[in-house]
Amino acid sequence: MSDRIHVATRKGVFTVTRGADGWAVSGVDFLGDHAGLIHVDPRDGTLFAAMALGHFGVKLHRSRDGGKSWDEIAKPTYPEKPEGLEDKDGWGKEIPWNTEVIWSLASGGADQPGRLWAGTIPGGLFKSDDAGDSWALVESLWNDPRRAKWMGGGMDLPGLHSICVDPRDSGRVVIGVSCGGVWVTEDDGATWEVRAEGMRAAYMPPDDADNPLIQDPHQLAMSPSDPDVVWAQHHNGIFRSVDGCGHWTELQDVQPSSFGFPVVVHPREPDTAWFVPAVKDECRIPVDGKVVVTRTRDGGKTFDVLSKGLPQTFAYDLTFRHALDIDSSGDRLAFGTTTGSLFVSEDQGDSWQVVSTHLPPVDAVRFS
Amino acid sequence: MVRVVFTPNLRRHLEAPEAAVSGDTVRAALEAVFADNPRLRDYVLDDQGAVRKHVTVYVDGERLADRTALALAVAADAEIYVMQALSGG
Repeated sequence: MSDRIHVATRKGVFTVTRGADGWAVSGVDFLGDHAGLIHVDPRDGTLFAAMALGHFGVKLHRSRDGGKSWDEIAKPTYPEKPEGLEDKDGWGKEIPWNTEVIWSLASGGADQPGRLWAGTIPGGLFKSDDAGDSWALVESLWNDPRRAKWMGGGMDLPGLHSICVDPRDSGRVVIGVSCGGVWVTEDDGATWEVRAEGMRAAYMPPDDADNPLIQDPHQLAMSPSDPDVVWAQHHNGIFRSVDGCGHWTELQDVQPSSFGFPVVVHPREPDTAWFVPAVKDECRIPVDGKVVVTRTRDGGKTFDVLSKGLPQTFAYDLTFRHALDIDSSGDRLAFGTTTGSLFVSEDQGDSWQVVSTHLPPVDAVRFS
Repeated sequence: MVRVVFTPNLRRHLEAPEAAVSGDTVRAALEAVFADNPRLRDYVLDDQGAVRKHVTVYVDGERLADRTALALAVAADAEIYVMQALSGG
């Protein structure tokens, strides 16, 4: 059971702890600076904060004492772009060989001490084998000619936001790209295959709607207890695979909406997952001004709409893809929103406590 | 010696004291500073070694136009100011 939450916001990293009087903000680091992502290494509790400084670029910080002190470490850095090389995305937009955003961080398996993965905008995947002291671009993926089909979505340039390391085999990694589909390596990143068969892109002309290379999974969540089950909150729906990304099935009639960004899966129940919906891609606000969480316990056949304790009138909180988390017990969930709200549940979402409604806009939430 | 001055706004993140260095181009002068302060490089230049989008560089009072090669020749007594752009906040 986790009693602490780290919240990455536009104006710093806030620590929220559970005390005798409930959950409350108990501290802040990097106050005034944009923290785009926070990662907690499940192997040893090391914290990583990805900063997005408006003028001075992306920076990565590490804390080995639970956030008491932070050290700046190397950030994923692209190699020198070869002279004369043309590199454009599917829209024809020039791809900068520069880490514009650190959009995902993941730890390797227990058998890979020091291994970290980092996903970036404009789409490069990096790995580190020294806990972030140094990084190397995964060139097998970056140099794959199919990358030229990737394209920007809401973020202008393609980006790699989901990295799922298979707990059965650390060399098997599933990644999600907006917009570039789902990719799987079985050999620790040496080779890659796109696995988005069954996904559907409503934003493309009909003939290209099932093209796996332009799918826009907003976030992937691999079940820790059955890693062949992977959930995808996609740009135009919710999809699920039960065969290790071999095929994806779209869930139908999800109310109040199947649009959103985050998804989390229960640590021991692969059929149980949570989402935070919004109206639709062109209207990114809660349906009817009511903030709700949706939960399925049967693999997506039916959904509960959870609203107890959440604002139900004129509420316009949007929850980004890294801003929903579940703790290792599977009972506690937390999510933070673009309007600076933070909500916590201790009963799998049946009811929610309001921790704050006036934090800076929230990008990421993680239990530790 | 070329005088290189950095915006005080950098001090929120790291030390970036004024430096006096040798160098016959903007890049050579900046790289001479970064040789002594390697962390600073990533705050000023992007992954490809160009000036970051929201950083501006002035050489003897003129805003630097070549932000990629940084090949502009500088005099031995030049003054280079590395400033935070108004954009990007």
